[in-house]
Parts: sequence; structure tokens; C-alpha cells
Amino acid sequence: MDLSFTPEEEAFRAEVRAFMADDLSPETAAKVREGRTLSKRDMEDYHAALYARGWLAPSWPAAYGGAGWTPVQKHIFDEEAARASAPRLVPFGIAMLAPVLFKFGTQEQRDYYLPRILDGTDWWCQGYSEPGAGSDLAGLKTRAVRDGDHYIVNGQKTWTTLGQHADWIFCLVRTKADGKPQEGISFLLIDMKTPGVEVRPIRLIEGGHEVNEVFLTDVRVPVGNLVGGENQGWTIAKYLLTHERNNIAGVGFSTQAFESLLTHARHPRRSGRRLIDDPLFAARLARIEVDLEAMKITNLRLVVAGQSAGAPGVESSILKIKGVEVRQALNDLARRALGPAAAPFPSEDLDGNAAIVPADQAGNAAEYFNNRKMSIYGGSNEIQKNILAKAMLGL
Amino acid sequence: MLADSLSRLLADRCDPALRMKVAYAAPYHSPELWAALVEMGALHALVDEDHGGFGGAGFDIATVFEALGAALCPEPVLPALLAARLLVAAGADAGPLLAGDLRYAVGLFEMDGTALDEIETTADGGRLTGRKSVVYGGPGADRFLIVARDGARLSLHEVAASDAQVLPYAMIDGGGAAEVILDAAPARLLMADAGAAVQDALDAGALALSAEALGGMETALALTVDYLKQRRQFGRPIGSNQALQHRTVELVTEIAQARSIVILAASRMGTADQSRSVSMCKHLCGRVAQRVAEEAIQMHGGIAMTWEAPVSHYAKRLVMIDAQLGDADHHLHRVMAGLQAV
Ligand SMILES: Cc1cc2nc3c(=O)[nH]c(=O)nc-3n(C[C@H](O)[C@H](O)[C@H](O)COP(=O)(O)OP(=O)(O)OC[C@H]3O[C@@H](n4cnc5c(N)ncnc54)[C@H](O)[C@@H]3O)c2cc1C
Repeated sequence: MDLSFTPEEEAFRAEVRAFMADDLSPETAAKVREGRTLSKRDMEDYHAALYARGWLAPSWPAAYGGAGWTPVQKHIFDEEAARASAPRLVPFGIAMLAPVLFKFGTQEQRDYYLPRILDGTDWWCQGYSEPGAGSDLAGLKTRAVRDGDHYIVNGQKTWTTLGQHADWIFCLVRTKADGKPQEGISFLLIDMKTPGVEVRPIRLIEGGHEVNEVFLTDVRVPVGNLVGGENQGWTIAKYLLTHERNNIAGVGFSTQAFESLLTHARHPRRSGRRLIDDPLFAARLARIEVDLEAMKITNLRLVVAGQSAGAPGVESSILKIKGVEVRQALNDLARRALGPAAAPFPSEDLDGNAAIVPADQAGNAAEYFNNRKMSIYGGSNEIQKNILAKAMLGL
Repeated sequence: MLADSLSRLLADRCDPALRMKVAYAAPYHSPELWAALVEMGALHALVDEDHGGFGGAGFDIATVFEALGAALCPEPVLPALLAARLLVAAGADAGPLLAGDLRYAVGLFEMDGTALDEIETTADGGRLTGRKSVVYGGPGADRFLIVARDGARLSLHEVAASDAQVLPYAMIDGGGAAEVILDAAPARLLMADAGAAVQDALDAGALALSAEALGGMETALALTVDYLKQRRQFGRPIGSNQALQHRTVELVTEIAQARSIVILAASRMGTADQSRSVSMCKHLCGRVAQRVAEEAIQMHGGIAMTWEAPVSHYAKRLVMIDAQLGDADHHLHRVMAGLQAV
């Protein structure tokens, strides 16, 4: 297997690198590096820069403004974006709703929603999970009852990432009470400005606000907002699960985290000692390097396999489990590397003179705690293992 | 029995909700709870009878801190333990500390240095210059015990809080710490050669933190087992999945090991094996505590990622406890040194 990039691919890498140097706001990059919260505006500006360049939607068809990249190009882009500390693109519109509309939407739906995703008019969020329906998504209870040209929706969604910024939410709702639970689910687009939609913040373990509860009370949704047929929602959700696993391993982020940790560990302390000379620390870091190097190849192998198969298969579960393990191990080590200085809550009290660690590391402990989410959301590690045991091994 | 009344007091007056309320903003603890702990003798239990207390043995320390850990108590008892130990070693009066009249914090480590031989604070003509970093219990302390360097020797000094610049802040796992900046601060010399006393205080502190972690692990495990029985997905409790059952049982065996090493270290306090046993203990407890924290979060699922869920606060404490007074690697080095010395 040839692991080197072609000259065209290397040229593409140079283009991406130049774009990041010219068009990514240094303030935004600093916030990403330092683990500070991005404003809605920061994310919109990056979105707009990619849109202007025609790079916003790598896997959309060119007719809809997509970039038409190969998976390898996509991979190169992800690497360079992470290296430049670009924000993670919010996936809900571009990478989740769009593929659903391409496959299941009406022409009218595509023509209305897709341009608004691209130009940033609509910010989307994902309304799948409910308090009683996490891993067992088919257990969802939010009801949509037909009333003339509308559905009347009642229920509660939760864990809605960045719902506080969103204009629209795509929801799985129950449209049929009897039969198998999977057979009574529909995929519905809801304008968050509709009366009866209420968003309440959830504070996360490290103190940040990125997820929400969304309460739906007698929300009237036009029937035209149904995607696919009534009760076809589960098929759509499953399609999305296997088709949209972009950048799932987060190799670019891990590479960036590894490099910055290594730089820190090589930096002499005031006593002249370097963390990297501690054999126990060096062993921890070296182990991660080995995992990461293997991960890069695993990622490429599975990306290429997906390229020829047309869609990532169960391999994406392998990438998710291992990719998350590597990232969480790096977060763990970045926190350890600071010793007791990792513990202070990042705050203005600790800026300037009072700073005890470099700004780009002040958030290491917060990030470690926040990233525990990675093995829980998007199908927990346990659920991924159940999938692999069944679908890959036939157990 | 102090352990029983302490557990009762904490059961009545201290739970994760209190921690959420007081531990993340000034004054980073509850003055009322502090007063109640002092009154019932929780500090006296940390010092022997000859020096005004009624305990002071390894098991007394472990008992108190296990109870504090189980209740996720935000009170700055650790700095009191370190300070009391140092005052006693210096032949100074620990009475006002034990009576709750003066709160002490101890300034040991400095910016980006985590070893005793990286201490750079100097004492010159009764004045201290240097900066102590992440001083636990620093906010609101009346007095600081400061470890300074004098050539190859460590010396111990007492500084009034009003003579130092104190920059307080909250910790990510709750509780307060401070930067303590000394600029020719007037100080009282307590011990000119304090190396052994400082190591002894560090040993007592590491034992205390290990016991605190043990208490926290037990509660985090109990919360997790409850949740595994309660939470239903796919029409059955998530705890009916063997994958989760086995992992929970692994936590039980790990915690049994952690308890044993705490017992071992407590029993070795005051013997020639004190330091090495405590390092074994802090190493193992640091390792197990992180594993318990991560598994408790993972097996709870999303709910454990929220501020509102008590288990998230236990998890934060269990992970961050490792960074205090030497992490798992630091103490493993000390255990290794014992093997290499022969
Ligand atoms: C930060 C964050 C952001 C999120 N963002 C969104 C979002 O934007 N939109 C959205 O819809 N959802 C979102 N989620 C929800 C996420 O998808 C769910 O948390 C996830 O599906 C797990 O569900 P749960 O939290 O209810 O855990 P549960 O399903 O209750 O699981 C608890 C534990 O049991 C395990 N378990 C469950 N069933 C089995 C089994 N059969 N075998 C073995 N183990 C099992 C799980 O793996 C887990 O360890 C987010 C979650 C988080 C934490």
C-alpha cells in the first residue's frame, strides 16, 4: 500500500495551509488553542471564510456548491485545519442534514434549505436524544400528531449541542404509537422561532454551556417540513449514522495536541529540568506517539476503503473508538504535564502577572473533563462495540 | 467515636449540593461547616495528646479524611493537617489552629517546580522573598507557613497573611487556592533545618489525600451502581449488560486494593517505612481514583457530564486529587528509588 501523498495532494495541502494563514482569524485560532469558548460570531466568520473559498461542503455535489473533494483531500484539509487551530465546523447542517436532504428530501426542500446552510442563514442543531432515549434512541417519546396541514409536536429533546445559537432543529419524533418502536418515527424540521419551542441551558462538568434542553409544547409544524415519508425516520437516522462519519478519528486534532504537548515537555523549567527527561512521563508520551502513528495509518486505510466502497461501514466504529481513546489519552497527559498548576479554574483572576501556566495550557484540565463526552456521544464506546461484535464478527 | 459523629455531621450538613454552592466562588468553602468541624474536634483528631489533640496517628488521619472524601467536603482541612504537623515539629503552639482561632495554609511548591529541591524562596535577615504557587486553603488563611531554601537546607517560617500578597482563585474541582507572593515579607523563623519535618508533613498529607480519594471512590461507585440499576435503556436496566457489570466489579476489586494500601500506609506512619509506604499508597490511590472517575462518568453516560449531577463533582475531585502533593508518577519514582537503593 502506497502511503505517500501524490504531488497534487501535496499541492492541495499547500493551498489549505495558505488559506489558513490568510483567512483564519488569529483571535479565533488563539481561542481554539487556549480552549476558550468561541462566540457565535467566531464560528460564523470561519464558516463565511470557507464559504467564500468554496470549501465549506467538501462532500456535497458540485451542483449545490460542494467542493467535490476525495476522502484523502478531506483528510488533508482536516489535518491542516487542526494544525492551524481552526475551529471545528459545526456539523449539524453541512454534514448531517444535507446528506439526508440529498438522499431523502424533496427537490423543493433541497432548493430551500441547502443554500441557506451554505451561506450561513440557518444554524442547525440535532434533536435526537431525549431524557429517556439515549443509547436506545428508538425509545423516544416526543409525539407529532397530524392536524390538517400541520403536525402538533409535544415532548422534550436534550443534549442539544449549540441549540442556543440555532435557528432550526431537525428532530426524530414519534408519529405512530403502536408496532415496533423503530417503525413509528419520523424526521421533522422545526423552526426554533415557532411558538412553543423553549431552549434551556445545561451546564457541563467543567462549567461551560454548549448543550441544552429543548422543550416542545404544542409546536405547530407544517407537514411540508417532513423529510422522507411518515414513519421513515429510523431509516434516515440509520443512513446518517453510517454515511456521515467525517473526520471521526480526529487524527488532525490529536497530532496537533501531541506536538504542543511535546513542545511543552521539552521546555526547560526554571530549575533547568525538562519534563521529557522524566522517564515515566516520556514513556507515557511515547506510548501515545506509537498509538497515534498507527492511528494515522488506520485512518487512511479505512478512509481509502470507504472511498472504494462508496460509504464508510462498520470500520467507522473502529475509528471512533480508537480515535477517541488517543484524544482522551492526550488530554489526560496534557493535564498531568502541568502538575498542581492544572487545577486552577481558568479565570481572569489568573491572567497577566498572576498567570501560572502559559495561556494555551490554562484550559488543559477543563478540556480533559469536557472531552470525556467523546466516548459517550455519537454512539457511546459500548454501543460501538456492540455494533462491531454483531455486524463485523457475527457474535 | 469521632468517626461516627464526623460521618453524622457530614451526612447532615455536607453533600455535593453544598459543594456546588460554596466551593467554586469565594470564600471557596462554608465557614459554618468549618466552625462545626472545628467544634466537634475534627482538627484535634489530627494531632497527638502531647500537643493538644487527641489523635494524630496514621489511622486517625485516614479516618477523618475518608469521611471528608465520602461527603465531598469542601473544607480546607488538609492545609490544617500540614500546618499542625509542622507547628508541632517546630515546637510551636498549635493551639490556636486546633481551636479554630487561626487558619493556616502551607506554602511549599513554586511556579513550575514540583519537587522540594526546586524551591527558590529565600530568607534574608528575617524577611522572605519568593512566590508560592497553588497554595491550597490560601484564600482566607490568617497565617502562612512558608518553606524557604538556605543553601542545601530547607527552613520553615511563619508569615502573617497581611504581610504577603495573596491572589485567590477557585480550583476546577472546587475549593480555593492562592498565589502567595512574598516581597521581603517579615517572617518568624520556626525551624532552621526543616527538611525532615517537611517530608513528614508531606507524608501525612499524601496519606490524607489517599484516604480522601478512597472515601470519594466509594461514593462514586455507590452512585454508579445505583444508576446502573435505575437507568433503563432497551427495555431493561443498563446494569443488566454484562459488559458494564464486569467493569463495575473491576472497580470494586481496585477499590479493595486502594483500601488495603491506605491501611498499610496508615500503619507505617511513625516507622522507618513511613515515606515509602505512603508513596505506594498515593501512587495506587491516584491511579485507582482516576479509573473510578472515568468509569463512573462513562457508565452514567451523558448525565455525568453535567454540573448538576453529583457524580461529576466526585469525578473532578478524584482526578485532580492526584495532582496534589505529588502525582502517581512522582510517587512511583520514590517507590522505584527504594528498589534501586540496594
Ligand atoms: C456533550 C454532549 C453533547 C451531545 N450532543 C447531542 C446533540 O447535539 N444532539 C443529540 O441528539 N444528542 C446529543 N448528545 C447525546 C448523546 O448522543 C447521548 O448522551 C448518548 O446517546 C448516550 O445516551 P445517554 O447519555 O442517555 O446514556 P445511556 O444510553 O443511558 O447510557 C449509559 C451507559 O450505559 C451504556 N449502555 C447503554 N446501553 C448499553 C448496552 N446495550 N450495552 C452496553 N452498554 C450500554 C452506555 O454506553 C453508557 O455507558 C450529546 C451528549 C453529550 C454528553
